[in-house]
Amino acid sequence: MIPFLKNAVISGTPLTFAILGAMYNEKAGNLNLGIEGMMLLGAVAGFQVAILTENPILALLAAMIFGALGALIYAFLTVTLRTNQSVTGLALTIFGTGLSRFWGKRLMGTVLPESFSRNFRPVSLPFLSKIPVLGPVFSVFLEQDLFVYLSYLIVILSGIYLYYTRFGLNLRAVGENTAAADASGINVTLYKYVHILIGGALCGLGGAYLSLVYVPSWQDNITSGRGWIAIALVIFTSWSPYRAFWGAFLFGGLDIVGFRIQTLNLPISLNQHFLRMLPYIATILVIIVGAIRKSTSHMPPGNLGNPYFREER
Amino acid sequence: MNKTYVEMKNICKTFGVIRANRNVNFSVYEGEIHGLLGENGAGKSTLVNMLSGIYTPDSGSIFIHGEQVNIHSPKHAIELGIGMIHQHFKLIDVLTAAENVLLGHSQSVFISNKSRIKSIQNVMEKYGMEIDLNKRIMDMSVSEKQTVEILKVLYRGSKILILDEPTAVLTPQEIDKLFTVLKNLAETGCAIIIITHKLNEIMSVTDRVTVLRQGETVSTLETRKTNIRELTELMVGKPVNLSIERIHSRKGDLLLSVKGLTALGEHNVPVLDNVTFDLYEGEILGVAGVAGSGQKELCEAIAGLYPVEKGDIYFKGENIVGFSPREIIKRGVSMSFIPEDRLGMGLVPSMNMIDNMLLKDYVNQPGITVNRKPAKEKAERVSKRLEIQAPSIYTAIRKLSGGNIQKVLLGREIDANPHLLITAYPVRGLDIGASYNIYDLLKEQKQKGVGILYIGEDLDVLIELCDRIMVLCDGKVTGITGSESITKEGLGLMMAGETLSSIKKGDVVCKS
Repeated sequence: MIPFLKNAVISGTPLTFAILGAMYNEKAGNLNLGIEGMMLLGAVAGFQVAILTENPILALLAAMIFGALGALIYAFLTVTLRTNQSVTGLALTIFGTGLSRFWGKRLMGTVLPESFSRNFRPVSLPFLSKIPVLGPVFSVFLEQDLFVYLSYLIVILSGIYLYYTRFGLNLRAVGENTAAADASGINVTLYKYVHILIGGALCGLGGAYLSLVYVPSWQDNITSGRGWIAIALVIFTSWSPYRAFWGAFLFGGLDIVGFRIQTLNLPISLNQHFLRMLPYIATILVIIVGAIRKSTSHMPPGNLGNPYFREER
Repeated sequence: MNKTYVEMKNICKTFGVIRANRNVNFSVYEGEIHGLLGENGAGKSTLVNMLSGIYTPDSGSIFIHGEQVNIHSPKHAIELGIGMIHQHFKLIDVLTAAENVLLGHSQSVFISNKSRIKSIQNVMEKYGMEIDLNKRIMDMSVSEKQTVEILKVLYRGSKILILDEPTAVLTPQEIDKLFTVLKNLAETGCAIIIITHKLNEIMSVTDRVTVLRQGETVSTLETRKTNIRELTELMVGKPVNLSIERIHSRKGDLLLSVKGLTALGEHNVPVLDNVTFDLYEGEILGVAGVAGSGQKELCEAIAGLYPVEKGDIYFKGENIVGFSPREIIKRGVSMSFIPEDRLGMGLVPSMNMIDNMLLKDYVNQPGITVNRKPAKEKAERVSKRLEIQAPSIYTAIRKLSGGNIQKVLLGREIDANPHLLITAYPVRGLDIGASYNIYDLLKEQKQKGVGILYIGEDLDVLIELCDRIMVLCDGKVTGITGSESITKEGLGLMMAGETLSSIKKGDVVCKS
């Protein structure tokens, strides 16, 4: 069971980044359907830089920059030009998919050098796994690679940022009631741009985890719908960074449960295509659950999806 | 001589072809409450929105504390000490009162609640205000929300407060409380600008009053040297008769009988709770209540648009619960509901007057093609009868002013010759002239024997216009009373939840 859970964390890591990325967009009041596109941009850019420089930091930076560049297009269109957010997001996904496929053609079949991959071997924190009973539990989360630890760090920092800083308070206000935030003296445009870009950078990181650590080689459409799952999981985890982590963990588990079942030699044979379908079926269930469950603390930001224009009358 | 806090000179602002402000001059002194009076569309809100940084003037100059400024954003206005309390509250529902107060203001990176709350409490004590800072806005009453809005601007150290129609949503008692706070603030040296079109409020709370008409300043007067009649004339531009003459018609047959009506809202909370009343032909039954007390649900339940949980609605002896809206319309029930955004329920903004008339009639036409001729005649008839000011009957409804849109809606409903007319907030946001036009129309219908359910905001009007008044509070009927035997204060208490019998016992607020 422990190895399975450990793998669930790994498999959930790209989702964690993507959910957080989508969450920052939505907290700023923008529904961004371009998550998948930004992930692919980050994945391909990170992979390319990893091949060229063999430097993990530069690779991650490239992934973040390309994710954010995709987000910049989206932000310019939806915030400055006030285009329809859904259509713009879809266009961004199509753009990201196309560009990564075009760029990735030359990367197909390339293997990351050992000197690069070495940086993402699991690092266990000393002492913790030695503790009786709790040790194995800790090891699920604390015998991971540095990229996974980065996702923990961002989850915790996001929680602090959103709920304990004035920037987070202002951000939530922008997403909840843009006109009220504006009247309170908050620079709405700046807040939207900054957080859409942060979201894009996080999505880029999520994509890079797939191409650099999880797979790790280039293949077309490497995200295989994880960006879309993330958009549904933002609702399921009700815009909370902590719940985002657990949601990603759960879906990471669903993603690999198929392989797990195949190794169990069950008397009945389950179609492997059926098993691989599980995360997507679960996504639909999650949306249904989200629609039925209505409590005031699980509501989406009030102004989600609406363009804002101050002098409108 | 008092210090001048705000001075606006030759302000002009246009929106497209509409000239909202033309050479407006306006000044406010330290420690004064200054009323800004004008009919709808006179340019009051536009003017103060330029002070609060929402709009920028096309030309003209603004002086704050004697210094010329160019206010380019709400943030800048706040820095200049200008605090705006908007008509539609600019508060974040899911945040607490304290968080709303701190929003966009807090200086440090981290929000440390204890010291902040202490500093907010200091401000509250200074001005004698009371509010639970840890309560979320969504759990608050309208008057509490307003307190938070005021607290928010005071906490930022604003010395110039602008209130845009602050009393529209309050009960008389809450209005008194608000005015006490405002007078306290003025005494501490704040300058207060209050926008309203209720003349008695201008008389009771302001020191000076500036009247705007069609975007221009008409005059600035000292309140104690003027009177309601003079202000009305300045505002409308011609003398107006302000009393509503009540027509006594003979009570007809029972038209509508609602028995134990219960309906559920979100989270299965009852929005209508055991509502029972009768309405007779040729009678106007007024419905009073704070906004959101179940008025909308009541209208919609009768019209067949809102699901009824329990209870019966008898129209001419027939139980219409469960009927489709169309069947109910066929029996002669007409509803016009003017919601807050005023593009009424039942009109399509992008269509012209003719097509909007057609909306209710096309089902009665044979064949698959639509005949516009009767609708055109109807549009012309309604337009003439209600003096609707529109470029033509072919203009899209959305391009008309709010008042004219309302006339189109009400005109269409009346033209259908209903037996029962349900009308909610028909004069919402209308100026005096147009309002009296509407009252006349309703009285005309009453004389014809139509039963009218009138949901209103202005208690003075309710008392003068209606035969009986039913008061709703949280979906419950707190009392039904003849309008000649109740006072405004009595209605106010009932709107806050007191029952008719309990206030009759107190006997202070009821006429004999």
